Amino acid sequence: MHAIALDSKYGVPTVAIHTNVFEKAVQSVTRMHGMPEARYTFVPQPVMGKTAAQLRAYVDGKSPISGRPVMQEVIEGLTRPAEGDGLKETKFERSTPRLIDADTDENLQRLFLENNWTDKLPIVLPTEKRVAEMLAHTSHKPAEIAGHIRSNQFRQHWEFTVEQVAVNAVMAGASPEYFPVILALAASGVSARGSTTSSMAAMVVVNGPIRNEIAMNSGTGAMAPYNHANATIGRAYGLLSQNLQGGSIPGDSYMGSQGNGYAYGTVTFAENEERSPWMSFHVQHGFKATDSTVSIFTGCRSTAFTLGVREKYWREHVRNMLRGMDAHSAPTFLLDPIAARQYIDRGGFDTKEKLIQWVYENALMPAGEYWDYQLIQNYIYPRATFGEEPYASKLKAAPDEMIKMFKPDEIHVVVVGGETNGYWRIMGCNYQKTVSVDEWR
Amino acid sequence: MADGINGANRISALNPVGYAPKVTPKPMAPRLDSLDGKTIFLVDPRFDDSGLFLGQVRDWFTDHMPSVKTKLVEMSNVYTKDDPKTWEMIKANGDGAIIGVGH
Repeated sequence: MHAIALDSKYGVPTVAIHTNVFEKAVQSVTRMHGMPEARYTFVPQPVMGKTAAQLRAYVDGKSPISGRPVMQEVIEGLTRPAEGDGLKETKFERSTPRLIDADTDENLQRLFLENNWTDKLPIVLPTEKRVAEMLAHTSHKPAEIAGHIRSNQFRQHWEFTVEQVAVNAVMAGASPEYFPVILALAASGVSARGSTTSSMAAMVVVNGPIRNEIAMNSGTGAMAPYNHANATIGRAYGLLSQNLQGGSIPGDSYMGSQGNGYAYGTVTFAENEERSPWMSFHVQHGFKATDSTVSIFTGCRSTAFTLGVREKYWREHVRNMLRGMDAHSAPTFLLDPIAARQYIDRGGFDTKEKLIQWVYENALMPAGEYWDYQLIQNYIYPRATFGEEPYASKLKAAPDEMIKMFKPDEIHVVVVGGETNGYWRIMGCNYQKTVSVDEWR
Repeated sequence: MADGINGANRISALNPVGYAPKVTPKPMAPRLDSLDGKTIFLVDPRFDDSGLFLGQVRDWFTDHMPSVKTKLVEMSNVYTKDDPKTWEMIKANGDGAIIGVGH
């Protein structure tokens, strides 16, 4: 995308070099950004970790896509005039028909599957009647624009209506009374099907009265597939994300190298406000306790877990867990109420904020190790060199100096679980936002 | 309200796909007549050892097209952010650019 901007906006002839696994993604992005003739070539994947000699062989070699010399394509890309007919081949006005051609149940299930509109599990077909029943549970009009969504920063936003959200909610098997929660998730603009090679998934925490109104689970098995609302709201969030943003297809619009099982249902649950010793998550973020909200986290990949908060070595145990996390994804503590109360007993953390402060001060790593992580090199090191704090100060640390891994505002605590035991876990993830459900009733 | 199922057991279903953005065509910059004597910026997005790769591109020009002046520059920030200062600098001081290796 930078190459397109440099070429079209700044008038500098530009060639982009990508690795071959991004062929379809590059074609899609250049077309959707209005420059189907953008110049690019490909080298083999991966570049990361290769020696100078291996990288030179890439440069001296041929594109694994076209079979032509890489540098020949680079030079031609800078010198060969635009043919100007690429745009004519591109459809720029695309309207999405409201209805699918009528067919049998079996054929429609196959159509939805083959069009990559599902999560590869059977769906509930979104008939007019079912969609209307879903729409009856919001005051918003079916044709109202509910929001915009995209799979990552390099893709353009797609637009969607309230009715289109309802279609996806029906497909997921959601009950109509869940619809305001699903609409709030859609309108957040945060995708549960983000396209990143790191295979991230999303996590949703529901707070406020809506939890009990729709019988969500915040207790035993809350994060597992044992509650209809938890399961189908999470599934609806995934389906609406992929379908309303223009797809989530491996190799094309989804580049997660390994994929992520958390993405099947999106990790969706209610906070156990009744058994939590602390302020609930949405109140921490500026809402009233009587408000109903959804809080969205992305980047869910790494998880650490343990049992209890031991009297003698709890500090060491937690530090070990934090050091084992991906240094780029901040910790969100998901605590069973038993573990939450143990934290109060052991550390005197009578507020979530006090526990967060302790985590901030104790998640430490030698600077040399920290800066050598590939994700830190990709996403934090450039910001440090640009002068952004606190990263710029961390960059001045000697290699053996212990530095803080995370910022306090990146660390979060949520209480969930049914007190069958004091298990708890840390989810490495990035908090995005908390949004109102009530606005979508 | 019709249930969407007609007498032939055919079901009428709604489309789950959103509305695609309207694409605005963008012009390409005029291409160069040749690279001879030109200054080409090699732009490192600072992603997954991309700078090491561009170093090899620079060496290739030295070996095969020594009349081309190359300048290897890093983007000012994370590759996900726009970098207008660098683009303006390249526009003012260069004839072309190669960006890689990008997502």
